[in-house]
Amino acid sequence: MNAEQILFILFGAVSLIGAIAVISFRHPIYSALSLIVTFFAQAGLFVLLGAHFVAAVQVIVYAGAIMVLFLFVIMLLNLGTLSVQGAIGRKLKGLAIILGILFAAEGIYIAMNALNDTAVASAESTGATITTTTYDIGELLFSKYLLPFEVTSLILLAALIGVIVLVKREGQEEN
Amino acid sequence: MLQATITLQLYKGGIFIDRAIMPTTVKGKGFYMSLEYYLILSALLFTTGVIGVLIRRNAIIIFMCIELMLNAANLAFVAISRSLGEATGQVFVFFVMTVAAAEVAIGLAIIVSVFKHRQTVNVDEVNSLKG
Amino acid sequence: MTIELIVVLLVAPLVGFLVNGLLGLSKNKGLKGNEQLSGWIGSLAVLVSLVCSIIAFASLHGGAAPFDETLYEWITGESFAFNIGFRVDALTSVMLLVITGVGFLIHVYSIGYMHGDEGYTRYFAYLNLFIFAMLILVLGNNYLMMFVGWEGVGLCSYLLIGFWYEKQTATDAGKKAFIVNRIGDFGFLLGMFTLFAAFGTLDFTSIFDAAEADNFQKVFGASTLVIATLLLFVGAIGKSAQIPLYVWLPDAMEGPTPVSALIHAATMVTAGVYMIARSAVLYNIAHTGEVVAWIGVLTAFFAATIALTQNDIKRILAYSTVSQLGYMFLGVGVGAYASGVFHLVTHAFFKGLMFLTAGSVMHAMANELDMRRMGGLKAKMPITHWTFLVGALAIAGFPFLSGFWSKDEILHSAWGSSPIIYAIGLVTAFLTAFYMFRLIFVTFYGESRVEPEVDSHLHESPPVMWVPLAILAIPSALIGLLLGWGGHESWFHHFTKSVFPEAHHEASGNVILFMVISSVVGLAGIAFAWSRYRERTPSEEPTNALHKLLVNKYYVDEVYNALIVQPIKNGSHYLLWRIVDNGIIDGIVNGIGSIIRFIGGTLRRLQTGLVQVYIVSMVLGIVLFLAYYLFFL
Repeated sequence: MNAEQILFILFGAVSLIGAIAVISFRHPIYSALSLIVTFFAQAGLFVLLGAHFVAAVQVIVYAGAIMVLFLFVIMLLNLGTLSVQGAIGRKLKGLAIILGILFAAEGIYIAMNALNDTAVASAESTGATITTTTYDIGELLFSKYLLPFEVTSLILLAALIGVIVLVKREGQEEN
Repeated sequence: MLQATITLQLYKGGIFIDRAIMPTTVKGKGFYMSLEYYLILSALLFTTGVIGVLIRRNAIIIFMCIELMLNAANLAFVAISRSLGEATGQVFVFFVMTVAAAEVAIGLAIIVSVFKHRQTVNVDEVNSLKG
Repeated sequence: MTIELIVVLLVAPLVGFLVNGLLGLSKNKGLKGNEQLSGWIGSLAVLVSLVCSIIAFASLHGGAAPFDETLYEWITGESFAFNIGFRVDALTSVMLLVITGVGFLIHVYSIGYMHGDEGYTRYFAYLNLFIFAMLILVLGNNYLMMFVGWEGVGLCSYLLIGFWYEKQTATDAGKKAFIVNRIGDFGFLLGMFTLFAAFGTLDFTSIFDAAEADNFQKVFGASTLVIATLLLFVGAIGKSAQIPLYVWLPDAMEGPTPVSALIHAATMVTAGVYMIARSAVLYNIAHTGEVVAWIGVLTAFFAATIALTQNDIKRILAYSTVSQLGYMFLGVGVGAYASGVFHLVTHAFFKGLMFLTAGSVMHAMANELDMRRMGGLKAKMPITHWTFLVGALAIAGFPFLSGFWSKDEILHSAWGSSPIIYAIGLVTAFLTAFYMFRLIFVTFYGESRVEPEVDSHLHESPPVMWVPLAILAIPSALIGLLLGWGGHESWFHHFTKSVFPEAHHEASGNVILFMVISSVVGLAGIAFAWSRYRERTPSEEPTNALHKLLVNKYYVDEVYNALIVQPIKNGSHYLLWRIVDNGIIDGIVNGIGSIIRFIGGTLRRLQTGLVQVYIVSMVLGIVLFLAYYLFFL
């Protein structure tokens, strides 16, 4: 068992446990903190995969910005301990678990058959696998994917305006 | 099935070593985890997120579960990107993160305004669309 | 002859219609109620057309080539094109003169007749529109244009019959005319379709040329033309009030009397005759003229017998019109197209004249129509009497007056076709003379039976009315002599020779002999009427079964009512409305509504409004879809 395997098992276990903790804790704050743990573990996995840029963004954007937003909202709304599941939760719990297991089974089945895909298999077998650098990503992003890249800026702008409108309207009504 | 796939993979690994051009060798790691372990992990994380969405009633937690699913997808993207030796997968992760950021901003704003109106963030108490 | 002339000729009445129509809508009291203005605008418009018609006629008479020009394409398709085009040849120019000439006089007459009527402006607008439509009918150089005019005059006829729409009988009569005409128009349409299917065009020139060409006969055979001409004749039967569709015309007398004169005597009802004369080439090839002739002569006889016993002067004139139209069809049916059209012309004048004099009588008699309450009017209304007498003598075939010439030509041609037809025609001529002079003797001679309070107002009509009468009386008397002198060698035949093909049956026998026979028969009719009605009024009650049958017009209306109208009404009410509409259609509609409501009510429960229920369904779907995709595909 080499270092990568050990690290994979470590990060994988942490992220899975974190994920289960997210859906298990009663208090949203704990859930949020568990999610941060998961995100960090995933950043580790990204590093393991040689995707250093993505790992960095994961930490900065997800674990940093987005989760801060979550925590901020939770504290703003001052939500206390909540029951894990409501009326429907109870009714649906069995069905949800069964569906989840089926879903996971299917996912795993796909994952294991992914390498039967000739394109993936051939790429791996030729050994062209080279750790991609931030330089590669940047080149793709500003050449081939320039238009989608610009569109994301529009999405962010729309989100910005949307948030302002949502909040501002509430303010006016209160006045 | 699982056993057979792993065998196949090990065999492939053997070829890599024979050719002595294995990138892991260049980087001095010797061996790396094969793709499907990452994909299985991704599937498990995604399923966790789905179950969370199904059984939790708190809108914020449901949101976190959605983030969880997005991250699981990101993991699959990056793993396949490495496997193909291409950066495209990571570019898509970038896009997913952007959309996720936007979505979280809007979603949380909606939750805040719902909370202002109804003093609750439980999705089973917000059922104005009941037919 | 130029296209400009035709356009002015055609558009002048349309302008009159639009101006009068707008005046009718005007809020300005000075404009709206101004009778003189509307009347003279309407008359002037027709006068312009009359002048153009005279110019066109003069140009044709001077030897100019017939005008046939397409203005523009109206409807174009891959394999067909319908054009707006005009054709002015001898036949058209004669029709133009009749329409605008008689039309103009009737317009002028209407100025006086309609005095004080509330719908004065509307009346003139309709009348102008009618002239416009009638001009399109005769000017068109294809069947589609003719059909447009055909429907246009039908519409105006409907509007004018029901002109006094407050009167139930008037609106009923309008509807009856419209519906009965619809049957005929249906035939016309089918005829057009047949022609189009065979020839791929509706242009007169193309169709006639193709029909005359030998290869058409080989390709289609004569049966196509037989069907087409018979269907067209159905249209003519409706429009020109022949058996069995004549029933609308007597009822159409509910309209104002000048309308009866213009539309239901002089012009519109002769459209069928015009159409057959126009299609003479087709009828000649198809040999369907005999059907036309038989229908015509039977109608002539049948209507004349009904006219014998009527007491309403307008109805007598209406049946007389039906009868005379029958003569025209007899003429064109036996191949004497020129004679048929000649009778059309003379009839337009003398029948128009008689209707106008009848209107004059009504005007004086406070709209009384029953001649049993008249009598001795000669003294009070001399001009009306004399002009009516001229018209009656003309229709009765008094020697050297108009009707004598035209009717004699038709009978002469009929003899060449079939002696039986000739015999029926001759009897009808006798009946015609009899019922016309019965009308004259009862109305204008003998003791006055006028109600005292009406009698005090009894007066001759104003000049604006009697001047047109006097003017009309002149052509009524003389036009036959002018145009018809010389029988088949007459000027009229010469003028229209280029339009009509050679007849099958050459008229044979001594022309003079036929003239003498006709005259004797006509005079005998007059004499018989004189002997019976000089002193006597028509009896109030029918004296015998035959009389009763005639008074009740052979019960044709009642038979139609029982056989057609009532079954349709009952069928509509009980079958179509109660069962089909209320039961089946409403049942289906309401049933669909109930089913959807039930399904909706059931499925509504699925919409819990709970997001997680929706998500569960979604995940379930994904799982199933993935399973199918992975394991079954």
